[in-house]
Amino acid sequence: MTNPARRLPPNESAVTDPGTLPDATPQTLDEDLLIAEARQLEITWRDPAGLWGWLTTVDHKVIARRYIITAFLMFIAGGLEAGMMRLQLARPENTFLGPDRYNQIFTTHGTTMMFLFAVPIMTAMGLYFVPLMVGARSIAFPRLNAFGYYTYLMGVVFMYVSLFINMAPDAGWTSYVPLAGPEYSPGHRIDVWAQLVTFTEIAALAAAVNIIVTTFKMRAPGMSLNRIPLFVWAQLVVAFMIVFAMPAVAIGSTLQLASDRAIATHWFNPAEGGDVLLWQHVFWFFGHPEVYIIFLPALGFITPIIETFCRRRVFGYTAIVLSNITTGFFAFGLWVHHMFATPIPELGQSLFTAASMVIAIPTGVQIFCWLVTMFSGRPRLTTAMIFLLGFFITFVNGGLTGVMLASVGFDKQVHDTFFVVAHFHYVLLGGAVIPLFAAFYFWFPKVTGRLMNETLGKWQAWLFIIGVNITFFPMHILGLNGMPRRIYTYLSETGWGPLNALVSAGAVVIVVSVAIFIVNAAMSWRGGALAGANPWDSYGLEWATLSPAPNYNFLNTPVVLGRHPLWDTGSPLPVVTGLRSDRREVLVTTTFDAQPDHKHKHPHASIWPLVMAFVMVELWIGSIFTPWAVLGGVGLTLLVMLGWGWESSMESDVERVATEGRIVEAA
Amino acid sequence: MGVASSIMGSALASCSGPQNVLDPAGPPNRSINHLFWAMLVVAAIIWAAVVVAALWAALSRRRRTREDLEPIVDVPNEEQRRHVGIVTGLVGATVVTLLIFLVYDFTVGRALAERPSRSLTIEVIGHQWWWEVHYIDPDPSKLLVDANELHIPAGEPVQVKLKSQDVIHSFWVPNIIGKRDLIPGYTSSLFLHADKPGVYRAQCAEFCGLEHAKMALPVIVHSRADFAAWLAEARSPAAEPNDSSAKEGKKVFLAGACSSCHALTGVEAYGTIGPNLTHIASRRTIAAGTLPNTRGNLGGWIVDPQSIKPGARMPSNQLAAKDLRNLIDYLETLK
Repeated sequence: MTNPARRLPPNESAVTDPGTLPDATPQTLDEDLLIAEARQLEITWRDPAGLWGWLTTVDHKVIARRYIITAFLMFIAGGLEAGMMRLQLARPENTFLGPDRYNQIFTTHGTTMMFLFAVPIMTAMGLYFVPLMVGARSIAFPRLNAFGYYTYLMGVVFMYVSLFINMAPDAGWTSYVPLAGPEYSPGHRIDVWAQLVTFTEIAALAAAVNIIVTTFKMRAPGMSLNRIPLFVWAQLVVAFMIVFAMPAVAIGSTLQLASDRAIATHWFNPAEGGDVLLWQHVFWFFGHPEVYIIFLPALGFITPIIETFCRRRVFGYTAIVLSNITTGFFAFGLWVHHMFATPIPELGQSLFTAASMVIAIPTGVQIFCWLVTMFSGRPRLTTAMIFLLGFFITFVNGGLTGVMLASVGFDKQVHDTFFVVAHFHYVLLGGAVIPLFAAFYFWFPKVTGRLMNETLGKWQAWLFIIGVNITFFPMHILGLNGMPRRIYTYLSETGWGPLNALVSAGAVVIVVSVAIFIVNAAMSWRGGALAGANPWDSYGLEWATLSPAPNYNFLNTPVVLGRHPLWDTGSPLPVVTGLRSDRREVLVTTTFDAQPDHKHKHPHASIWPLVMAFVMVELWIGSIFTPWAVLGGVGLTLLVMLGWGWESSMESDVERVATEGRIVEAA
Repeated sequence: MGVASSIMGSALASCSGPQNVLDPAGPPNRSINHLFWAMLVVAAIIWAAVVVAALWAALSRRRRTREDLEPIVDVPNEEQRRHVGIVTGLVGATVVTLLIFLVYDFTVGRALAERPSRSLTIEVIGHQWWWEVHYIDPDPSKLLVDANELHIPAGEPVQVKLKSQDVIHSFWVPNIIGKRDLIPGYTSSLFLHADKPGVYRAQCAEFCGLEHAKMALPVIVHSRADFAAWLAEARSPAAEPNDSSAKEGKKVFLAGACSSCHALTGVEAYGTIGPNLTHIASRRTIAAGTLPNTRGNLGGWIVDPQSIKPGARMPSNQLAAKDLRNLIDYLETLK
């Protein structure tokens, strides 16, 4: 192998001299020294003992693991709600659920799946893996990260307590006004929805800011922008989308809907000059990008899995990055296709038809790049790869019906029918959940140190793919046969009975598949085969450290010489030294070329994020009952910020690195 | 195999019916159907091609064991160039396909958007959870107020103006044309152009609360002559009862709770909260397309609407058996 250091980006600054890096490596390879350093790092980065440590931890892996588990529990809860809906609709004029209960269940299902499962689990995957994939010791803002998780958790508890006290929202996950307004939804059900959205917004924004800064400022030396893993690129684009999309729904749900309900403003009251369509614009300006916020991270999972199991570098890295960015842009230009049945001028609608068709192109580009990559390599059909076949089978179907729905004339026929229900479940299950399962099988060993059982996995994969198709394909036909969505029952004369029975039978197959997954995950976590650092012989930096990754992530910060570090240079990777092991330090690098810039002192465990999350509970849940809770909450927020800031100021400290042309130990 | 064929059977059977997009009853939906089937065929071909390609790629050169560690090699330049060609070609084909879809869609959209200069105008007002229907006439005295049934002539576009009294509803007659929302604060309109006389079924398509599922609207397409006859008949005031029990029933209607919500044209009942009942006996269904209009259903609905349509605005009515019988006798005279 040629000296890899020569391929480092040109480097004018005196901060690092890459030429010296390989020379530096042998010095640090003294085994005893390494063990001692690892032990020291372990102590430095460890959480306080016991319950206190559990509540105060800021380790991004611990937080993200909780995030993923909570969100997966929400997937199960949302799935159980779907199961209840399918029981009710399995035959005509069924009486298992009455309209009041059914409306709460379908609203909770949608709200759970979108706000409490899909977006959180996708960002949580980023919070776990982005720091590992860019070779960082930790995440940029660990306390903000913990705060985001606790806020999300409070939202989860809030929603499900509401469901069990018969106070769950019942106006659909879209909460269209005036149905969701004060006149037609008295009581607190819709308030629960509006403030739940606020909780998840805050959590998503916290995650987004973290992912953006971690990606831009904490990459391993040498990981210039054009070497960022595609998983991280997808997370980065999505983080920016969150930053632009979430404020829209924050304005809609918190500022407008909640204040219409709590303090009698008239944003959406036509009798007082308000406008009900305003809500739909604001909601879908967030709601449509939301779909891509869920879908793009899943596309990020796919590339490394295909590369690893086909053993080829992906074709068209740049094309895929540009596709991600393009999708992120266009996602904000499609929202009106949810409103084709409203009196929006036809010329305006046709613009959104065109935009809705155009967005198929970047997704097509990615699919073609993956297919070409698969053809050039020699795939091994692991569980993760079988799931990806399911992605092609299922997602492409959903994407194509999406193109059909872009047509105004056709859309108005099937808008708000089971055809659309079929379409978005194909897209979300095929485009997000199926790749997510693939990702679980692929990265499970990195999180737990153990491999999942492949036999059970393959059963689960095929059952899931078959179940999804049996469940959702007939819904297309039901929609064309005139069955609207969100109905709790239907007459037998409609003839929708047999296909609905088939749909409900398909749901049983999905339930079995997910049950197998849970059993597999639980058994493998306890007693699966030990994985080792890199069980799939993959290439990313996350595979360069132990499984599970130690609390300090990397013993020494790796140096990246290509897009596929472990394949390009082999293991062990060249490293830079210079971060102290006796205190928490992370390396900050430059945005474009990832040249070492300075060392940043990293915060310790703190209780303040949890306290702040409780203040959010007081503020948002209290505001349902009295607007004064907002004032109280703002006061408490300021107090807690003082405490938080005071604690941080005691330890914050930025230290310029290295003086003499290379990173050196400061001690 | 049996399961598969019965599924196929029901799939084929699902191309017709009174509430079915795939069974067009007029020119607009026929052109939507052409667009749909064209897009469906193209989409099916694309789907099959991608799935076959993915399966082929995954299976044709697959490694069967974990030990078979294919070396990681760079794809040779010549193959890379071929890949660039393939991907560029496929993306180009995607763009062209989308463009064709787009132009075709715009053509259909333009045809659907055509407005006749003069037409019959009907106003449909959405309520939780029933439909109020006004047949507009240039002569205001000829305004006909009806409910829960829509009658239109075949062979000409009829303008339907859509309003809502409370929340958003959506008016959708699948066989005739796509839906249009009824939005408080807005008046929108669409044209119904049917050429096949018959009885179709519309159903509210925007979630509107508890009984969204039970808010249907039979749509009757008459031949032109039949429609004129129906309209003349419908404009007549409520029939006067002849026999004594119906006369008693009328008293029950006017003295009891009924008239505070329901109107009868030509009789002193002016309620506007519920549907106009002037010609209730000639309607096919009651409770907004929920029940066939039979004597038994009518009685059940009057006494206990909340178990038939929980949440409906109609309260339960405790009537003496004799009063109820007389009331139903009266309602049955309201042809």
